Amino acid sequence: MTLAMSLATNAATDEAIDPTTDPAKKPGMPLQAEPFFAFAEQIFSQLQGDEQLFLSLDGERSDFVRLNRNRVRQAGAVQTQQLGLTLVDSERQIEGSCDLSGDVDADRSLALALVQQLRERIPHLPADPYLNLDQTPSHSHRALEAELPPAAEAIANLSDQADGLDLVGIYAAGEIASGLASSIGHRHWHQSHSFNLDWSCYLDGDKAVKDSYSGFDWQVSAVRERIERQRERLAVMARPTKQIEPGQYRAFLAPAAMEELLDMLAWGGFGLRDHRTQQTPLLRLAKGELSLSPMLSLIEDHSRGLAPGFTAEGFLKPEQVALIEQGRFGQCLADARSAKEYGEAVNAADEFPESLALAAGRLPTDQALSALDTGLYIGNLWYSNWSDRNACRITGMTRFGTFWVERGELIAPLAVMRFDDSLYRLLGDQLEALTQERELRLSAETYDGRSTASALLPGALVSSLNLTL
Amino acid sequence: MLESDLKAIAARFTASAPAADYWTLRLVDETGEGLAVRDDVAEPSRLWRSRGAMITVVAGAGLGYAATSDLSPSGLAQATQRALDLAALHARLGLFAAELYPRSSLQAQYTADVREPWASRSLEDKLGLLFDACQQLDRDPRLVERAAWLGHRRIEQLLISADGAEISQRWETVHSGLSATAHVDGQTQTRHGGGAGMPRQGGLERLAEAKFSSAAEQVAEEAIALVLAPECPSGKRDLLLMPSQMVLQIHESIGHPLELDRILGDERNYAGLSFVTPEMFGQYRYGSPLLNVTFDPSLSNELASCVADDEGTAAERQYLIRDGILERPLGGALSQARSGLPGTANARACSWERPPIDRMTNINLEPGAETESLEALISRIERGILMETNRSWSIDDSRNKFQFGCELGRLIENGELKGLVRNPGYRGVSAHFWRSLDGVGGPETFEVGGVRNCGKGEPNQSVYVGHASPPCLFRDVEVFGGGL
Repeated sequence: MTLAMSLATNAATDEAIDPTTDPAKKPGMPLQAEPFFAFAEQIFSQLQGDEQLFLSLDGERSDFVRLNRNRVRQAGAVQTQQLGLTLVDSERQIEGSCDLSGDVDADRSLALALVQQLRERIPHLPADPYLNLDQTPSHSHRALEAELPPAAEAIANLSDQADGLDLVGIYAAGEIASGLASSIGHRHWHQSHSFNLDWSCYLDGDKAVKDSYSGFDWQVSAVRERIERQRERLAVMARPTKQIEPGQYRAFLAPAAMEELLDMLAWGGFGLRDHRTQQTPLLRLAKGELSLSPMLSLIEDHSRGLAPGFTAEGFLKPEQVALIEQGRFGQCLADARSAKEYGEAVNAADEFPESLALAAGRLPTDQALSALDTGLYIGNLWYSNWSDRNACRITGMTRFGTFWVERGELIAPLAVMRFDDSLYRLLGDQLEALTQERELRLSAETYDGRSTASALLPGALVSSLNLTL
Repeated sequence: MLESDLKAIAARFTASAPAADYWTLRLVDETGEGLAVRDDVAEPSRLWRSRGAMITVVAGAGLGYAATSDLSPSGLAQATQRALDLAALHARLGLFAAELYPRSSLQAQYTADVREPWASRSLEDKLGLLFDACQQLDRDPRLVERAAWLGHRRIEQLLISADGAEISQRWETVHSGLSATAHVDGQTQTRHGGGAGMPRQGGLERLAEAKFSSAAEQVAEEAIALVLAPECPSGKRDLLLMPSQMVLQIHESIGHPLELDRILGDERNYAGLSFVTPEMFGQYRYGSPLLNVTFDPSLSNELASCVADDEGTAAERQYLIRDGILERPLGGALSQARSGLPGTANARACSWERPPIDRMTNINLEPGAETESLEALISRIERGILMETNRSWSIDDSRNKFQFGCELGRLIENGELKGLVRNPGYRGVSAHFWRSLDGVGGPETFEVGGVRNCGKGEPNQSVYVGHASPPCLFRDVEVFGGGL
């Protein structure tokens, strides 16, 4: 019997649609901790024998407004609540998930039907030697509140500020929540109201500058300041494009460009499993055969508090994990499964960073161009991938706000160029300085719902970057 | 049973139709299962179900969308009201007139051809297959990780509209794969097989087609051979790309550049724009006369085959590039209306949570008219490299300057295949690369595959896309290997 055939429907029965229905009067499970915990108790009460059940909830109520040419391209809203289940019995485990409707009775039927289906399958699975659920109940509650304007007001304000500009991007705003409840007694809740405006302003072709504005307190003045700064950069961008040949160039990488490089490094760089199976691009760093610049200290900073502080298995994340210390490898990120397999402590929900912080350097940002003197100012890098993981070699493209600099002055926009270089070089002997100021960058990614990932990053001055095309 | 369930929800919605000039309701019910064995230990198996609705309304000058997992009448009414609120925003500040949104009255059905249903084999049988495959991969202590996996996904979708459209589609895929990772003296290489990278619609019969139970030995031995092989040489060489790499080459440097929403500028903040401009259609030489590329939603069980797109437009095969000349873009009816260009039925959404945008569906490079075998293509190469199975992809925001890496390379000298080379990669510029196409395999070399992670859109959407191609020969391409 398939899952689709066995689960109870979450559609109501004979209720007629009334278009005048007042949404505020609709009953149902709000995106809040206590209703979720009460719902979980009802499910736990139906467990049998020695079964253990971990329930997670990931939900959002978001508005997404796409913009093109400073006009609305696509205006939509999304309301989701996904329930995750891990059922454990006799050293076996099985996982499931389903979307909840918000109707408590229908959702309870749906969840119990899924539990029953998992229960029927679990005896057919082998015992799991890497089963690792926290057996000590813990509690936490974090709610990051915000006063967000209605989407229409925010968009009207942005559109006014950007009058005359070819602005393209997305405004995402609303509520995100993650919860965890276990039959053992775990109760965790993380919730935030936030906005994330991610946009760029174009001249002709691909000449553009990019910015983002995100957080919990929408300020009209902040939008105005950012748009004005973009207008200034666009004035330089309007100059004839400079073409350069492939080769090695001195470069300053703005924090957004550093984010792209570190996002790539996150792909296999720090996971315990990647290290133990010799697949990490930082294998030679971990073995001590190579080192990075002593300026480079990288931590996973869970204490920032923007992402949930717990894992789906009930473990609490430590405040910080030192990934690279003064150019030498520190610790790996270990999720529950790898931690059990390799005998380490759990210190992450997944084996890639979600709250990175790169230590600041000594170069004042306002002196970055003069320190660069002549070379590339790279506002953003894009579409990176591994060129050779064994050598920690990355390829990618320049994009947005990238300029040719001479004697500390922005001279002209630069045609997009491909780089192919090793981080052992760029963040090793080629790293001259990191900026004193760091930028907190909140992820605009929305593939699996609105992301809670963030990174606190300085800019970087490098002696040479290898351009190949 | 499931289809009738969706139809009941649709009927109730229609009976109390929203006060709008036009609306569509897209109901999606998706189920899936994932099984995997790694180093002879079963990973936690997973079942999932996702069910929800996307409501689109045109009200006056506005167009709005709202998605909800609450499929009760009141839940849908609430979402409709939210879509109307956002339509009001579009009416004030919209990029285009909402009346351009296509109206559909199409009635159609699509069902993937499944000969051996997922449920026809027990959980124990499937796990047994995976354990067997994983053990067959265990051939050498230099292998540091082995894995085998099976997955199933079934999507039921019903699209109805104010104009009477009723489009019911059922897609079903079984994907499988094997991987082996070898490590020697600081060098790590991974090889995939058993269906990984060449997914299609269908049921468990796909396993035999993907050689799932017989590929382990080759996968493991190639991983070890690659880790011991010399680096791919650098310089200009002829390049023979196998279908497992052509999938990505077509995807990145033909599919994406032809997407009409990129050309219209919608994607400039994220996925990018295109070097292709409207005036190029009908005259631009995209590639050599050997290049023929189609939008083909009709190829049996290719990954994104369908009967209609998510705007309700009937999907039909169209030439995008014929004899090397660019003919039409990939754009759904709304993009066509905005641009005044012809297009294809390719407005697709990744799930009920997202509105449709221009996507690729199936984009295929047609086999050569002559029956040119792989051996015949190799015999025409004096100094070249054969590359297969994509592992790295990167291209600029206009879809021009690309660099791709493959799992396996093989030298070709004087018309003969020679030894393996590791870390093979190549780079080029789309606008020139396709003009260097000098050989296209015949129909017997044509292979059907695709990608399951095509990302695009704000908010982000990841969709399945089909690609089919024979091996193709390109002249004088810059190739390179690994190392610091």
